[in-house]
This record gives sequence, structure tokens and C-alpha cells, in this order.
Amino acid sequence: MKKYTNTGSKDTRSGFGDGLTELGKTNPNVVALCADLTGSLKMNAFKDNHPERFFQIGIAEANMIGIAAGMTIGGKIPFTGTFANFSTGRVYDQIRQSVAYSDKNVKICASHAGITLGEDGATHQILEDIGLMKMLPGMTVINTCDYNQTKAATLAIADHHGPVYLRFGRPKVANFTPADQKFEIGKAVQLTEGTDVTIIATGHLVWEALQAAETLEAAGISAEVINIHTIKPLDEEAILASVAKTGCVVTAEEHNFLGGLGESVSRTLAVHHPTPQEFVATQDTFGESGTPAQLMEKYGLNAAAIVKAAEKVIGRK
Amino acid sequence: MSDNKSLENLVTQVRRDILRMVHKVNSGHPGGSLGCAEFLVTLYNDIMKLNDGFDMDGKNEDVFFLSNGHISPVIYSVLARRGYFPVDELNTFRLLDSRLQGHPTTHEGLPGIRIASGSLGQGMSVALGAALTKKLNGDDNLVYSLHGDGELQEGQNWEAIMYAAGNKVDNIIATIDYNQKQIDGATDDVLPLGSLSAKFEAFGWEVLEIKDGNNIQAIKDGMAAAKAKTGHGKPVVVLLHTEMGNGVDFMMNTHAWHGKAPNDEQLESALAQNPVTLGDY
Repeated sequence: MKKYTNTGSKDTRSGFGDGLTELGKTNPNVVALCADLTGSLKMNAFKDNHPERFFQIGIAEANMIGIAAGMTIGGKIPFTGTFANFSTGRVYDQIRQSVAYSDKNVKICASHAGITLGEDGATHQILEDIGLMKMLPGMTVINTCDYNQTKAATLAIADHHGPVYLRFGRPKVANFTPADQKFEIGKAVQLTEGTDVTIIATGHLVWEALQAAETLEAAGISAEVINIHTIKPLDEEAILASVAKTGCVVTAEEHNFLGGLGESVSRTLAVHHPTPQEFVATQDTFGESGTPAQLMEKYGLNAAAIVKAAEKVIGRK
Repeated sequence: MSDNKSLENLVTQVRRDILRMVHKVNSGHPGGSLGCAEFLVTLYNDIMKLNDGFDMDGKNEDVFFLSNGHISPVIYSVLARRGYFPVDELNTFRLLDSRLQGHPTTHEGLPGIRIASGSLGQGMSVALGAALTKKLNGDDNLVYSLHGDGELQEGQNWEAIMYAAGNKVDNIIATIDYNQKQIDGATDDVLPLGSLSAKFEAFGWEVLEIKDGNNIQAIKDGMAAAKAKTGHGKPVVVLLHTEMGNGVDFMMNTHAWHGKAPNDEQLESALAQNPVTLGDY
């Protein structure tokens, strides 16, 4: 099995910040809007280099989404930045009417997604955002796995015309994908080849899935790991090709099992190739305060949980 | 500049369009539409600087955003009569497969519409965004917007109003359709707005009033005064006092026709009160 190396843990939000900084230099139409969380979203460099294209909106997320929608009229490409909770649930109707239904070229960039925001607790965490965004017609939904991929995705979505939800996190996670990768929206990345089980993961659980695959290999189980960075549109072809070989699936995500990646995968399988599936995800619950590692452990979002799910799903074949 | 008589005739035709559109499908919002007929006819045919044809980006022309999307009949009629799309298409209002959705949308590509509206309170933010882009593009033209007064009960407006003044967005003229009525009754009974002029002034806006928002000359004068206030570091708002249901005696002085269609007999009576036709669709 191909091994992956952590080349140095970094936060995915810095991938966004660095991607945005690069866009500032290369794409004069890119503008950035922030709702009083410039530092948290790592938007400082863009702000410092391009003050005329940086818009501090204040603690007013609904207004930020509306302004972003309006700024597309005249050719700007707005990137909004705030926490995932305030990027989605708080402004769902604004995104629905002014962005998605109006087909505006707005990039909603959301940090601190999931429970690994940690100590701030459930008010600031969100485990429903993938579901909220993927239900909107025309919305592209991306959840990146590490720093390099987040940077690549940030660059890629500027060239994609249409509304995009880009989701990333707060803590430092393993950085293992290539720095020079080509990010193709909607194209899954197969990381390992296997024959016994397919592990489909998104976000930083992709790294956990790779760790799980190594553990499984040691136990004589061959796991195929697929990185689904784009939840919508979903790369159904890659998923179906893999399950045709393995016959069972584990999905892994830092999101509620309702509405997330797992549900998208199960729909694809139900329609095209009914297959046993286990869900590594939160079980319809809010989060709580704690360190990211504690929360990952308590809510079953780590390599150990993926191993357990794989063993279980293989037994259901 | 268009003469007032030809604008008045156009207003009468727009009223006829509104009434017939809403009557045909037995749904829609005639009250607020009729109240804003003079304003939108004058805006599109006398006040705004517009390019020929329609371009979504609206570069180097004035742009308008309708925030209170339920008065779609009036904007559809005004846009069609201005040549943005065939007048005949008014016949499809609220019907299956139509570009003239119950509330305006860009989704079906209707020329003249740049954003969906209907869920209230979002238009001010959108107008600000377009105004900021005009500044970035070095485009000196203006952004106009129209909002219901009841719509100001939505909190997002006040986020936008605060932002506009705080950031000197002075290339926007927001207009409030100040008819003091909403679906459930008088705004004072549903949720009082207090003094809108005091509120906007406190937020740092230039506030102008048009006392008779159903009078073309008053609209021309008031909007010219508003335009003169732009470009001086402050956003501009116009409190446009209108009469809901204006031009149809039994629809005036009540909120009852906010979202109700006339029956056959009522339509006949309403059209008889607006006899000048430039050619019904």
C-alpha cells in the first residue's frame, strides 16, 4: 500500500489565507469580505496587500452575503470569510435567495467547521453545514483535507463560475498532499488501492482514513482510500468503480451522519449499486467544549473509529 | 427628459397591465404595485441613465434593485414597456414555464432583473455590493433601490444601513415606499417603524422626502435633489410617500389589496378608471 507522509502539520485555514493572498496578486477581480474574523480566517495578508479590495463588514453576516451577491454584478469575485456556523446556518436564506437562486459568483469560505473548533463549544461549531449547502441547487460544496489541498482549492474556485461553499477547519492537521497538486472540482482522488473495503473520507478525516488503512493492512485487510474533497458535485464514477471491487464502504466526515458526505454516497449506492455502508460521523448530536483531540475521540471521528467501522462493514458483505 | 403627460399615460398603461396580470392568474400583489407605478415609470423613463439592451453587469449605466419583490407586476410592466422584453410576455405572469415568476428572479434570465427578491430585507445589502463594485470599477453611475417600509422590520436592513454610512457608500439612492401599510394592516399596528427620517439620520444618511410619491413632477424634483446629494460621502435615502392601490378608488386607503386579485367586475371598474391605453398586451 502506498504510504503517505505528514510533511508538517498545518491548519487548513492557513491554506485558504495563503491561497487568497496569491489570488490577490493574480486575479484583480477577487475581492474579500470578512465579518470581524480577519485573523481567524487568515485574511490579513490579503487585507494588507489589497486594502481597496478588502471589505470589513463587521458582525453582520447577512449583510456580508448580500453585499457579496451585489458585488458580483459588475464582475467581482467575492470571497466571504467567517466561521462555518455563521457562514451557513445563520444566513441560509440570504445564500438561498441572493446567491444560489440568483446564480451569483460568490465563494463562501468557512473556517472552524465541525467540532474541532473545540473549546468554544456547540454555539460556534457546526455539524450540519454540508447538508445545508448541498441542498441548494447549483451550489458546489468542497471540504478540503489539508493545508496544500485547501490552498489549491482556493485558487481553483476563483476560476469556477458559480456559487461555491468551501469548508475548512481550525486546528493544525497533517499536511500530506502535494504542494503542486492540480485541484479539480468534482474529481475524487484515489489515495490507496484495495480490495476488501472502500473508505471514502472528506476533510481532515482523510488523514485518519490513511492511518486506518495502515492499521487494517497490518491485520490483513486491504483498504482503498478515496479523498472526496468535492461533496457536490459528487464523483459517482470513482465511488462506483471502487465499490465494484471492494463490495463495502465506510464514509468518514466531521459532520452529522444526516445530510453529509455519507448520505450523498449512500444515495449514489442505493440508486446504482446497493452496498453495505458504515458511517463515521456524528450521530445527530450537537458538540461540546473540549480539545479537538478529545472531541474526535468522544464523537468517534478518528482512525480507530474508521478501523472499527471497516471491520463491521466487511462482516456485512 | 420626458414630458409629464407622456409619463402619466405610461403610468396609466402600467396600471392596466398590473390589474390585468393579477386578475388573469387570480394572484399577485396589486396594492403596492399600483402605489409605485409613478415612481418606477419616472425612474426608468426619466431619471436613470440606461444603456440600450440589457447586460447583467450594468457597467457604465445606472442600475436598480427591487428589494420588495412582491410588487413584481409593476416592475415587469415597466421593464417590458421600456423594451427589456416583449410586452406580450406579461401574459405569462405567474404561469408555468414563465420567466415572470411570482417574485422576480434571475434564474430564468429575464432581462432587466439582476437579483432575485421576495424574501424581504436583502435588497439593501445587494444594492450596496453593486455600489461598491461600481466604485472599484471607476464607474460613476448610480445604484437605485426600492424597499417596502414594512420591509424595514427585517434586521438585515439596519446592518446594511450602518455599513453604508460607515463606509461612505455615496453612490446609492435607496428609496422607501412609505405607504405605511403591510399585509396584516398599518405598519403602526404591526410593528411601528417610528421616525424613519430620524433613524436614517442617526445612522448617518442623507434623508430626503417626497411628500407626494404619486406625483410625477414631485418625483422628478425629489429625485433630482437626491441625485445632487450623492458623491458627498453619505448614502442617500428618499422617503417616498405613496398611496397603496393608487389610481383605483376601491383599492386606495386600505391594506386589503396588498395581495389580492380583483374579480371580473372589479377589474372592469378599475380599468374604466384608467382608460388611456398605449396598447394592451
